[in-house]
Amino acid sequence: MTQPSGAALEVRRLHLWRGDRHLLRDVSFALQPGELLQVMGQNGVGKTSLLRCVAGLIEPESGEIDWHGAPVRKEREAFHRQLAYLGHVNALKPDLSALENLHYSVRLRRDVERHEMLEMLARLQVSQCADLPARALSAGQKRRVAIARVILSGASLWILDEPITNLDRGGIECVEACMATHLRAGGSILTAAHQSLLTQHARVRVLELQ
Amino acid sequence: MTEPGLMRIVGLIVARELRLAVRHWDQVVQPLIFFVVVTTLFPLAISPSLNELRNIAPGVVWVAAMLASLLALESLFRPDVEDGTIEQWALSGQPLSLLLLAKTVTHWLLAGLPLVIMAPIVGTALGMPMSVWPVLAGSLALGTGCLSILGGIGAALTVAVRRGSVLLALLVLPLEMPVLIFGARAVDLAMHGEAVAGPLNLLAAMLLLCLALGPFAMSAAMRISLE
Repeated sequence: MTQPSGAALEVRRLHLWRGDRHLLRDVSFALQPGELLQVMGQNGVGKTSLLRCVAGLIEPESGEIDWHGAPVRKEREAFHRQLAYLGHVNALKPDLSALENLHYSVRLRRDVERHEMLEMLARLQVSQCADLPARALSAGQKRRVAIARVILSGASLWILDEPITNLDRGGIECVEACMATHLRAGGSILTAAHQSLLTQHARVRVLELQ
Repeated sequence: MTEPGLMRIVGLIVARELRLAVRHWDQVVQPLIFFVVVTTLFPLAISPSLNELRNIAPGVVWVAAMLASLLALESLFRPDVEDGTIEQWALSGQPLSLLLLAKTVTHWLLAGLPLVIMAPIVGTALGMPMSVWPVLAGSLALGTGCLSILGGIGAALTVAVRRGSVLLALLVLPLEMPVLIFGARAVDLAMHGEAVAGPLNLLAAMLLLCLALGPFAMSAAMRISLE
């Protein structure tokens, strides 16, 4: 039964099968506003599947996912408006410039001005790439543009799958700073990463998948 | 935070598709060239005599248009699914059916409409009288619209299958047969100077049915493919 726990996101008794493998066995966790939950575990243990399940890309076999006390299944679109998802792929069109890519994806969610996008690219130290086609960017630069999309979307829940792959030292610091700002503003982050993120931050918890 | 309206969303998708089409126009014109090349094969294979060609012209133009639109389907959803764009659409909080419909309509503007414009010229080369032009273009405009949406459903279903283009053809061609039957029939009737309202009305009804129900089928198929 739903008790008023104040959790932003609550996942209870999640079971997921992929083919004939029982991938997620009875996974439960709660994520408070202003908190980061880092999903850890070996390769193939189901981190990405868990994230895709919570985002609503995969239907779990059983289990409940609640967003602020209401089941996600019933109000999928309202939940998705509060959610920004970053997967393994960056969702950038090689033929469009970084700025055009941001324009066409963020504007599906909210009105965004050009200067706002340029500021965000500058914050992630890729302003020199704004007008270059995404095809010409390095893997790390593409990742930074994809993270700019997540931040610009204005969502309160970020689901980030390996957000710092391909990033250099400076890039990781940059992304950690953005995450810390998001948490301070009351947002929540669910992430899968091999490296520990935001180690100095107080409200970071780790979920170990077996 | 202001929510963008649905018309704005449709405009955004259409603008994006058109801009992408301009960036790789060489891929966009391929189905049109295919259409012209296939129809020129028939005089070579059968006979250059216009009297003989005239009898088969409606069928030739229609089958070629159908195959050309099938060829164009491969690029409808696959690139956007592979780079994760459609995954983002599915999670954007906007109705996926509307986004996919906007994409399919733009796809028709780029792949179907050029066929409609080119068809009278190709038809004339096969001995069709000029009086048939309106019926030919009209039936193709209605028909290629149906083909785009039916094809879109098939493309959404097979997009997760590696090298799914043959499967796509096997899945979609039987569904498209009624469109071919009534489309070619309308042109044939027009060439014999008979009333064409019957088959054209049926084509229009099929297009309305596709427009009304197709987007939901596309979005359901796409959500399965994204899993």
